[in-house]
Amino acid sequence: MAKATMAAATGPLDGQVAGSALVSIKPMEPASRLAIRARPDAIASLSKVLGVKLPQAPKTSAQSTAAKSRQRVALWLGPDEWLVIDDGNADLMGICAKAKGLYSAVDVSHRNTSVLVSGKGAEATISAGCPQNLSLDVFPVGACARTLLGKTEVVLYRVEEDVFRVECWRSFSTYVFAFLAEAGQSPMI
Amino acid sequence: MLLIHCPYCNEERPELEFRHAGEAHIARPTNITAISDEEFTQFFFLRDNPKGIAFERWRHMHGCGRFFNAVRDTVTDKFVTTYEAGQPRPDLPAGGENEKGAGK
Amino acid sequence: MSGANRIAGAGRLTPAKKVRFSFDGEIYTALEGDTLASALLANGVHLMGRSFKYHRPRGVLGAGAEEPNALMGIERDASRQQPNVRATVQEVFEGMTAVSQNRWPSLAFDVGSVNNLLSPIFAAGFYYKTFMWPKIAWEKLYEPIIRGAAGLGVAPASADTDHYSSRYLHADVLIVGGGVSGLSAALAAAKTGASVILCDEQAQMGGALSYESGVSVDGVSGFDWASNAAAQLAALDNVRVLTRTTAFGYYAQNFVGLVERVTDHLADPRADMPRERLWQVRARQVILATGSIERHMVFANNDRPGIMLSSAARIYLNQYGVAVGTKVGVYTANDSAYETAFDLKRAGVSVEAIVDCRDNPGEGLLSTAADLGIQVLTGHSVVDTKGARRVSSMIVERNGGGARQTFAVDALIMSAGWTPSVHLYSQSRGKVVWDDGTQRFLPGECPQDCASVGACNGTDALQASIDEAIAAGVQAAVDCGKKPASTVITGEGAGDWTGGMAGSAAGAGADTTVKAFVDFQNDVTAKDIRLAVREGMHSIEHVKRFTTNGMASDQGKTSNIHGLAIAAEALNREIPQVGLTTFRAPYTPVTFGSIVNHGRGGLFDPARKTPFHDWEERHGAVFEDVGQWKRAWYYPRVGEDMHAAVNRECRTVRESAGLFDASTLGKIEVVGPDAAQFLDLMYTNGWSKLKPGRCKYGIMLREDGFIYDDGVVARIAEDRFHVTTTTGGAPRVLHHMEDYLQTEFPHLNVWLTSSSEQWAVIAVQGPKAREIIAPLVEGIDLSSEAMPHMSAREGRICGVPTRLFRVSFTGEAGYEINVPANYGPAVWDAVWAQAEPLGACVYGTETMHVLRAEKGFIIVGQDTDGTVTPHDAGLGWAIAKSKPDYVGIRGLMRPDLMADGRKQLIGLKTKDPNTVLEEGAQIVADPNQPVPMTMLGHVTSSYWSQNCGRSIAMALLVDGRAKMGQTFYVPMPDHTIEVEVSSTVFFDEKGERVNG
Repeated sequence: MAKATMAAATGPLDGQVAGSALVSIKPMEPASRLAIRARPDAIASLSKVLGVKLPQAPKTSAQSTAAKSRQRVALWLGPDEWLVIDDGNADLMGICAKAKGLYSAVDVSHRNTSVLVSGKGAEATISAGCPQNLSLDVFPVGACARTLLGKTEVVLYRVEEDVFRVECWRSFSTYVFAFLAEAGQSPMI
Repeated sequence: MLLIHCPYCNEERPELEFRHAGEAHIARPTNITAISDEEFTQFFFLRDNPKGIAFERWRHMHGCGRFFNAVRDTVTDKFVTTYEAGQPRPDLPAGGENEKGAGK
Repeated sequence: MSGANRIAGAGRLTPAKKVRFSFDGEIYTALEGDTLASALLANGVHLMGRSFKYHRPRGVLGAGAEEPNALMGIERDASRQQPNVRATVQEVFEGMTAVSQNRWPSLAFDVGSVNNLLSPIFAAGFYYKTFMWPKIAWEKLYEPIIRGAAGLGVAPASADTDHYSSRYLHADVLIVGGGVSGLSAALAAAKTGASVILCDEQAQMGGALSYESGVSVDGVSGFDWASNAAAQLAALDNVRVLTRTTAFGYYAQNFVGLVERVTDHLADPRADMPRERLWQVRARQVILATGSIERHMVFANNDRPGIMLSSAARIYLNQYGVAVGTKVGVYTANDSAYETAFDLKRAGVSVEAIVDCRDNPGEGLLSTAADLGIQVLTGHSVVDTKGARRVSSMIVERNGGGARQTFAVDALIMSAGWTPSVHLYSQSRGKVVWDDGTQRFLPGECPQDCASVGACNGTDALQASIDEAIAAGVQAAVDCGKKPASTVITGEGAGDWTGGMAGSAAGAGADTTVKAFVDFQNDVTAKDIRLAVREGMHSIEHVKRFTTNGMASDQGKTSNIHGLAIAAEALNREIPQVGLTTFRAPYTPVTFGSIVNHGRGGLFDPARKTPFHDWEERHGAVFEDVGQWKRAWYYPRVGEDMHAAVNRECRTVRESAGLFDASTLGKIEVVGPDAAQFLDLMYTNGWSKLKPGRCKYGIMLREDGFIYDDGVVARIAEDRFHVTTTTGGAPRVLHHMEDYLQTEFPHLNVWLTSSSEQWAVIAVQGPKAREIIAPLVEGIDLSSEAMPHMSAREGRICGVPTRLFRVSFTGEAGYEINVPANYGPAVWDAVWAQAEPLGACVYGTETMHVLRAEKGFIIVGQDTDGTVTPHDAGLGWAIAKSKPDYVGIRGLMRPDLMADGRKQLIGLKTKDPNTVLEEGAQIVADPNQPVPMTMLGHVTSSYWSQNCGRSIAMALLVDGRAKMGQTFYVPMPDHTIEVEVSSTVFFDEKGERVNG
């Protein structure tokens, strides 16, 4: 078997784009992702090897500051649950294997896909289907939560004031994208 | 749509994120194979379904994913309090505590 | 000219901005900003509809949301037609088409109006009593006729091409109503920095200020102040001002539904604009400033076109510059109608007489009337009216009797007083309280974080309303943690409109048989309500349902209090003792479009597609829905029907090989040192001894002992299992496992992660399976010795990581290739490129079903139904004998589950091999037994098996396994099918092929 012919990757939203004057809606590039569950004794070790401090407060995230893991973010999803995303496609499973303590790490890079919603109408567009209060004082930059968008579950992460990352499972992504595209036609800011 | 205080997220969240999960404080017997048919019936099939204050399990299904317990008045549909799974039944203030501001 | 009744200089519309619209085929000119009602009145059109029951000619009663009469169909184009639109709410736009309703062939000549002549028959309760007999006639005769005549308006025939939008919104303070109180509250709350939403159903803010001509606020005219205040608020970052927005429902914890009409008033809306937007608001504090609604007078023939509320006439004059008539009569029990009469007179309209049923009107009114030269008849009543399609005269009589005077009029305006709009307060679960002094229901204690201010709270004086609203606005903000800030607003010049009457007026009392309408839309008269009481309806809830008073689409906004007063009088009780019916959402009708909003078409429900979906589509797959998944069902070739395609696919898999998309299977990664121990508790099987690299079929029970799910579990490492679930069971199985892990076994060090969509799964099944995949796989020895049936390996395929399972749901040797989902399409292409030259096929779910049935493999949910134990299903072998505990262990010990006589899963062979049984068909022992027969079981799975050359079936049958070889019968509607009980394994009974 010739090793040169590695199978190509195909994302579920490849080539799609939507939005309006107020909001841009576009699929993000593939990323590596880890679903981490851990006992308290493993958090420090996991944070160290991952180069990003697993946040302990609900609805918060932590961005890596180290040079080699700058594209890495850890999102608090539950009291013992995190989603780590690396937009540089680092081998998170391999990195994680060095951690000590009781934890579970599962590669979900291909389970999730993400849509970047940005622009002045981003919050309004997502608020068409997300029942949470997304105003800046309640859902500030860096906030993240598993919640709902229309009829599907998503993980919402506010990257900047007007930039949200919407993570969803692969097969729901066409729904999520279409929903955002429709809601983004004329968002009321 | 109700707001439900998740004791793990420490915040009120929209009801849509939650799923009801039956009556609370019914522990699975550790010696389950040794219990009588009557005890099994009591454990698995029979529920109180009270009018008024009820102890319930909920799961923050589309949130932190945690199961937790809630005290809710089935007449007013108002939450009295919520608390983490495994915690004992809370002491409830006597009457009139849930006239306003449910779920706080 | 925009209508003969437009008064130059009156109103706020711009005479130059003309628009044209049609009503029942006639073209009219209106002004921009007109409502359909004001535009028709400007053109002298008073006849706007026919009443529901009697088909009586009707004009417009009001000028706002309360309108019961002027309901129309509005058409934008063929697909955008809306019935039952209130002409008082719909704004006219260029090119709009409006049609009247409930008339045939025309509004002026309506055949249905014969009902009016037959009205003595159509009294309240008529339908309940008349169409009782004979029974058969109900279905064949009465119901079709009644249904044909029933309903108001015509539902659109084609799908709505508009789109609708939704928005969740959170705020500190929501203020409903943009009159002087709402605006004052908003200004006060906004000043503290609180986030504020102010909504009003009208096109502009101002409420009663839009027509109360004498009012000034902070030194300017009331309406100018309102416009300025609205503009000032809209410019603030912390305030959202929503016009044309109705708060229709007030739910728990200050959750309020608003619907904003975005484009209904526009001639040419942009395509990206939603027609309506549903705002789902969560406010920490709510202030209701919903005002009050004027009541009509209940007297004989009070429903002729041209008879309307005095406030409506004042709005038409002061907002739209339209005189509702040239000779106007006034009938009142309240002071507010005087103000209208004065405004009309000052605008040059002749006011024939003010008829006041009271002896003593409010201070100063008589002298102003005298100054303006208007005749006032106090202590008099209007006892009848004349006029066919518009009122032509009113007949007046002194209270207590005497000579009748007739006044020729072409409009009659009336006021019985004002009803506070407590609808939203009531919806918030608030209990209204009867105020004896002012004879009205007012909000009591607020059950939520809410306050009512101004007219809806029974606060009548202008300055008192303003002060109350400011205080509420500040308090609401303070309750949200804001610092109080002072706001001062001064208003003057408003009349006091307290008082009035409820119930029937003179000449329409209990001793009369006149038609004095209480509820215009449902044609309920005072007489009908008295009849209901005589018939024994003593609760207002019963009176309401018997007469249908207040049950029309206007929800009795003008009629409820009158109906209640008449019922109270007939019952000889006080009004509060009779009670008020509960107000329910919606306040005004809400379109299905706004409720559904984005959830239609492709967004109705997520359609989940696997990574291979595009390939499957390109290769002609027919899809079936499995939950939200779209699964390839079968792949017909040219000329093949489903049967032929499935036969070919079934044969090919067993002769050569087949590819199948198994990606939808649920997958759960179970990780942690206690993973095996946890699985021991969740499944009937034992897992501790399963070696890494091996797989096992597992059965999961509920606590009651019945099968909940099944699937193959692979042990990837000591502390890592790859669990598969049924496609449909994936979410609930994870929920079930999380429940036990979190609440019963939290001490176990193990975690669950859904990996269903991480992996794309290609099942390669059949004798050539190994030959197909071998060239693509690296790092895995595929020989049967190295990788036997039920083993799992990690390695690479096509250069990407794979979890390769040697498993089989067909009975053939086969593999399930798991690859990270994004690589799925490329790997599938590569596998297919190997498979096709070897004569393999691609197969769908139907073939999968047949092949597994040939082997007697069950499908949970098809061969089981939630009442089947592993023993029943012939899977007793999968229960570990030595485990101390697992979910369901005690349930299985229940006497009923251990007794004889349970239904067991067996095979069925029809005596005629060509007959295929119907799934769900019942099984009996004696086909000649009279009905009801003793049913011994039913068919769960049934197919034509091309590989067996006969039909095959599985069934649940009482004590089935003890009845091998016995004959039973399956009765069908026109014949009976003879069957023989067999093993569930129909093909390769020794099970040798999986090892090939």
